[in-house]
Amino acid sequence: MIRPHRRHPLFLAFLLHRTSGILLALFLPVHFWVLSLALTDAAAFDGFIRFTDLAVVKLAEGLLIFLLAVHIFGGLRLMALEWLPWTAMQKQLAAGAIALSCFVSATFFLQVI
Amino acid sequence: MNEPVKTRRVSIWRGEGETGQFETYDVPAYDNQTVLDVVSHIQHYIDPSLSYRFACRVGMCGSCAMMVNGEPRWTCRTHVNKVAGQDVLEIAPLRNLPVIKDLATNMDPFFDKWVKAEAVHHSSASRDEEMMVVLPDDAERKKADAGIECINCAVCYAACDTVAGNADYLGPAALQRAWTLYNDARDAGKQTILEAVSGAGGCHNCHAQGGCSHYCPNELNPMQAIAGLKQATTRAMLKGKL
Ligand code: SF4
Ligand code: SF4
Ligand code: FES
Repeated sequence: MIRPHRRHPLFLAFLLHRTSGILLALFLPVHFWVLSLALTDAAAFDGFIRFTDLAVVKLAEGLLIFLLAVHIFGGLRLMALEWLPWTAMQKQLAAGAIALSCFVSATFFLQVI
Repeated sequence: MNEPVKTRRVSIWRGEGETGQFETYDVPAYDNQTVLDVVSHIQHYIDPSLSYRFACRVGMCGSCAMMVNGEPRWTCRTHVNKVAGQDVLEIAPLRNLPVIKDLATNMDPFFDKWVKAEAVHHSSASRDEEMMVVLPDDAERKKADAGIECINCAVCYAACDTVAGNADYLGPAALQRAWTLYNDARDAGKQTILEAVSGAGGCHNCHAQGGCSHYCPNELNPMQAIAGLKQATTRAMLKGKL
């Protein structure tokens, strides 16, 4: 439950940025471990590649791309906020970052499905 | 005043220091009633021992801020009808400040931080010198003017989660005033200000969640001022001045 004083767009942007960061950090070790299989255990690696053909895994990949995109675009907004001349439309920029991430991840998903 | 059509149940925080609880009161509900009107009604007609703070009633003095349904607000300019969805009205002392009694908080930590942030005038001339000409459309002056209407209400301070998590964080209002003075041509303490706002509790703690700017009743933008300080302190550091 989000407490009342946090129910505003830029807090939600903050929440999304932090959550996506944590989830990406959790994903990375798994990602590297799977990559390492290519060197250490080719059969297991091939098995894993077949597993990624499942539609539900494709969907999870789409979600992963969304997390990555939203973290990048949200991060760029924050860096611009802190280091470039001030732009007043922070809420719109945050919403734009999310919209762009939806677009990128949906495009990815439609291509792999 | 028009006849009350109904009464409204209101929960008010009662207690001294860190201990207390919400108590409920039935208050006549009027059109155009402010949250401060509700609190005053309780103190005038139901329980005179209720402590709270206000002065001007018109949004000038900044002394009446409280948490209303969990959000920091200036109560004298907050209409009950606009904030009490489903007739729930919960009024508590301002967040992030120690409670003295009931709805009155101790504002000392808030104001002490203004001094800590060097958000005080550092004079650059004596009374015997010519008065400096400050042009209103000068770019620097415009930056200073952006935050000049702060009424020290601490609404932003109560909204800030960084203040909640770090007792040393100077907070949005003090940092905004430091930025105002940094851009004031008459202030001779620019370096002192940058040193004060770049320390452990300084501007770089800000997470840019913008709660301060979202809630500031005067529609000021402390988040923007803090971004200005972040840039100014970084520039000074790169030049070896910090
Ligand atoms: S933007 Fe910075 S100062 Fe304002 S509420 Fe958020 S953390 Fe606090
Ligand atoms: S910046 Fe706004 S919210 Fe903060 S103390 Fe000043 S007037 Fe109040
Ligand atoms: S009583 Fe002065 S600002 Fe509300």
